[in-house]
Amino acid sequence: MPPETPSPDTVHKAIIFDDVSIAFEDIAVLDGVSFELKRGETKALLGVAGSGKSTILKICLGLVKPDRGHVYVLGHDVTTMSEEELFDLRNKIGIVFQESALFDSLTVRNNVAFRLMEEKLPEVEIEQRVREALSFVEMEEAIDKLPSELSGGMRRRVGIARAIITQPEALLYDSPTGGLDPITSTTIIELIMKQRDVYKTSALLVSHRLQDGFTLASHYFDPVTKHMQPVDGTPQRDIHTSFMILREGKVIFSGTAHELGQVEDPYIKEYIA
Amino acid sequence: MEIISPVDYVKRSLLAVQEYSLLSVRSITNLFRHPRYVSDAVQQADLIGVGSLPIVVLTGLFTGIVLALNTSKTLERFGSLSLTGQLVSFSMVRELGPVLTSLMVAGRNASGMASELGSMKVTEQIDAMRALGTDPYKKLVTPRVFSTVFMMFFLTVISDLVGLVGGWLISFAMLGLDTYQYWNSAYQVLTYNDVITGLIKPLVFGFIIATVGCYYGMNTKGGTQGVGRATTQAVVASSVLILAVDAVLTQLFISFK
Repeated sequence: MPPETPSPDTVHKAIIFDDVSIAFEDIAVLDGVSFELKRGETKALLGVAGSGKSTILKICLGLVKPDRGHVYVLGHDVTTMSEEELFDLRNKIGIVFQESALFDSLTVRNNVAFRLMEEKLPEVEIEQRVREALSFVEMEEAIDKLPSELSGGMRRRVGIARAIITQPEALLYDSPTGGLDPITSTTIIELIMKQRDVYKTSALLVSHRLQDGFTLASHYFDPVTKHMQPVDGTPQRDIHTSFMILREGKVIFSGTAHELGQVEDPYIKEYIA
Repeated sequence: MEIISPVDYVKRSLLAVQEYSLLSVRSITNLFRHPRYVSDAVQQADLIGVGSLPIVVLTGLFTGIVLALNTSKTLERFGSLSLTGQLVSFSMVRELGPVLTSLMVAGRNASGMASELGSMKVTEQIDAMRALGTDPYKKLVTPRVFSTVFMMFFLTVISDLVGLVGGWLISFAMLGLDTYQYWNSAYQVLTYNDVITGLIKPLVFGFIIATVGCYYGMNTKGGTQGVGRATTQAVVASSVLILAVDAVLTQLFISFK
């Protein structure tokens, strides 16, 4: 009798990738990728364009099925679930798309309220929760605007509000700072940090910018000043942030910011230089 | 230009037929599953039905006028000008009303659906909808298919009626025919089979228009250029399919006569 495969620890792990591979038109995008995201942890996925980072997020949501391996998200194996079953699971996950992917014919209010309207919640509750979510990303004044009237940074913030309105158990950020100026990028990273430290949400952050990951790993959100603060003066504080670097579909590094600084691999050294 | 091998071409064509069939089946089965998007269906019915009314009325009117003008020339030679009403009525109800209305609606709405859904596809809005836990086939495709089928029935009835009015205008004003004689002969010539044929065809054509428009929209690739391509393909494919299915349906209904 073959030994039973031990069941994955889905109590303490929000997302588990187990030997996942996928190819598009015979080109391997992910090749045997395995990693775990602990509950409450934020993991920055880094790598050059085309290394498979965004594909990982799409696999987490079941938007794309891997050719091989298993993916457990909040205790469910998304590789074996039907589209109908996935719709229920997706309600527990928030995603911020690379270009925001806001519904361009809906106002900011209706974009943010989309999930709540689908659940047919009372209008009063929807209004209150939309205002809360928009206030979290400091975008309350744009509630009646259309996405075309917003700047790139504002659209990302609305995208974050739409993702967090149901207080999801896991959040996926697909290059939330891509194409933004440094000041707006810092604002977005501060919002991600706020979500991590205030609501302890598990998150995967895909980014081209190493700086985003290091800012997250070296700062915490201070609810008193309502701004991020460096962790230098508070050594006991655990910022629950780790790094993973992909190269040509394979994981070439997984660890903390400190471990990343110690690495000897010439490719990684050049990447973080 | 990309050169495709014959094997790849056949594979792609079969895949396209399979995906179109799946979309068509899902658009129907979703009618019996929750959630149902009634308000979206009403909105689409307004866009497709009321929005298409002006072009359908104009098409019907001028088709009736042209039919009366053309047939009167031939009928006059045989001294049967009084049969003008019969010819206009028979042609409009059985054939031209459903087909021309469908072609006009296809030009207006299959393109609209393909471009709207195509734009949503290339800007990741369809993926966003799925990621937010909503089935885009239920929210976007089924309401469009249901509303198009529903409204095509009434648009065709209106087109037939306006076509008959167009024929009467010519018969009365230019051919000097008696009004009662025109309408009586137009009514008397129609059999049960003609009316059923003329009312079932638009339902089938409406289904083709919406499913083809949605299929090309949901499968758009390649940015804004892809949206343009999908829009053109949706109009061409739905128009050709309408004419081909019309030939089959006409033969089918004749055999039941």
